[in-house]
Amino acid sequence: MTKSFRINLTLALIALLWAGVSLGIGPAHLGWGRAFAALLGQGDPIATTIVWQLRLPRAMLALLIGAMLGAAGAALQGYLRNPLADPGVLGVSSTAALGGVLALYYGFAALSPLTLPIFAIVGALAGLIPLLLLAARSEGPLALVLAGVAIATAAGAGISLALNFAPNPFAAVEIMTWLMGSLADRSFLHVWLALPCVAVGLGLTLLEGRALDALTLGEDGATALGIDLKRTRLILLVATAIGVGGAVAVSGAIGFVGLVVPHLVRPFTDRRPSSLLIPSALGGAALLAAADALVRSVPTLEEPRLGVVTALIGVPIFLHQLVRARRQW
Amino acid sequence: MVRLDAVSVTLGAGRVVDGVSADLSGGVIGLIGPNGAGKSTLVRAIAGLIPAEGAILINAEPVATMALRDRGRRIAYLPQGQTVHWPLTVERLVALGRLPHLAPFARPGEADANAIERALERTDLQLLRDRPVDELSGGERARVLLARALAVEAPLLLADEPLAALDPAHQIEVMALLRAEAARGATVIAVLHDLTLAARWCDRLLLIDHGRLVADGKPGEVLTADRIGAVYGVSAFIGEAQGEPLIVPLTQH
Repeated sequence: MTKSFRINLTLALIALLWAGVSLGIGPAHLGWGRAFAALLGQGDPIATTIVWQLRLPRAMLALLIGAMLGAAGAALQGYLRNPLADPGVLGVSSTAALGGVLALYYGFAALSPLTLPIFAIVGALAGLIPLLLLAARSEGPLALVLAGVAIATAAGAGISLALNFAPNPFAAVEIMTWLMGSLADRSFLHVWLALPCVAVGLGLTLLEGRALDALTLGEDGATALGIDLKRTRLILLVATAIGVGGAVAVSGAIGFVGLVVPHLVRPFTDRRPSSLLIPSALGGAALLAAADALVRSVPTLEEPRLGVVTALIGVPIFLHQLVRARRQW
Repeated sequence: MVRLDAVSVTLGAGRVVDGVSADLSGGVIGLIGPNGAGKSTLVRAIAGLIPAEGAILINAEPVATMALRDRGRRIAYLPQGQTVHWPLTVERLVALGRLPHLAPFARPGEADANAIERALERTDLQLLRDRPVDELSGGERARVLLARALAVEAPLLLADEPLAALDPAHQIEVMALLRAEAARGATVIAVLHDLTLAARWCDRLLLIDHGRLVADGKPGEVLTADRIGAVYGVSAFIGEAQGEPLIVPLTQH
């Protein structure tokens, strides 16, 4: 068993463990026994409904979205050769959020549970267009980052505008809460929406591992090794827009996973950007599944939002990591 | 091997390389000239990294139309500076040199492992193979990056200022490694600043000034006091020490 296989297996087991744990947690106190009996199709009708209609899709979404955010973070850190990069740096998660906010603002979100995520995915893809136009010509990553910042700022302004002109305080609160990110009350419809997006996003991201490794030597070094950097950039942009856009669409903005997870798993890898992709996906899945289990076990009337909790968990781990291994990115 | 026919490169508004023609084949060929003369740009053009006017042919095939991976196998390029963005181990970094040899999704095979081993051996890095590159000294790092380029096992090796920031011992070590590559049959083109080292270790020198090739030939023919004065703007002492050429820049004109 190679070292990387051991790490991937461990992370996958942790992710599944947390997803399993989260099946037993929720406002209805089913207990583990009833929850797992229901999962295996041998439970009472109430438990079966709760587990299959509410908790299972939620756990699956946590795994899918966490995996996409983790992998996208690792890929972008490799591509930009910057340990501070995260999926938000390209601005597509902001335009996805803007799409969702517009659906809420104009009341389309009330039409069907799928309207909002579809608006958000359209937002992500719309964000891709200026990104490609602004950054397509230049070779270096700087133009891409600057274009991403501009797009994120514009989308952020749009979101603020929606809040500013919200028809009533409830609409503003609705928008704010959605922006904080959550997996509550999601169904299999959302899973079927997110799954293809994440599958495409992850698949495309994994294709570029070798190019990311070559970029360790800088752009000239990578090109001289036969890497087509324009292709790499296009693929990573599309992968992030579709994958992260699809993730944001069903969950709202969940920050920090994409930034922190690659740092957490990096010490267990050989530090090649390619060897970081799968562990980051699995680690992201584990982190989000754990966070989503946590938000449900807090005994408050209103569930804490997932985006808030990932940041609360992420920051201390991140700081600990920084202090422990300051030198090793 | 490499045929340059009226090669010009325009970057922004300026013509950085201006009508360079030469046939470069075998041995260690030094590209010398003042800062900003266009040496690095010429090397990048030969590597196919930037577009150039005129023709750059490698074994009669234009660099511009080569498939990227094919080009990667035929030209090993050692960029200026010691850019390594992530602290890979020495062995992992050297292994990057095998990327052009790998088919998409193929894993490195025995031939790759052997090439990596040869590169580590030639650069005397076997004992450091598991060390992260960020823990190495500047001299060791230069050797690792050279080993990375050697691992490509390309018939043409382009090295852009491989001696920058190295102490004399490491400079000699790197030049000896480049010579050894040439002895194995590779054509080595290196951008150099130290004229004594260039005169001593190169078979042939190309002197570039303002993008133009102003002299091309054996070191003794190229490096005359007049020419050094005209191109670098310094008076120079040219002599010999223990049978080796010695060039000492004295004062600015």
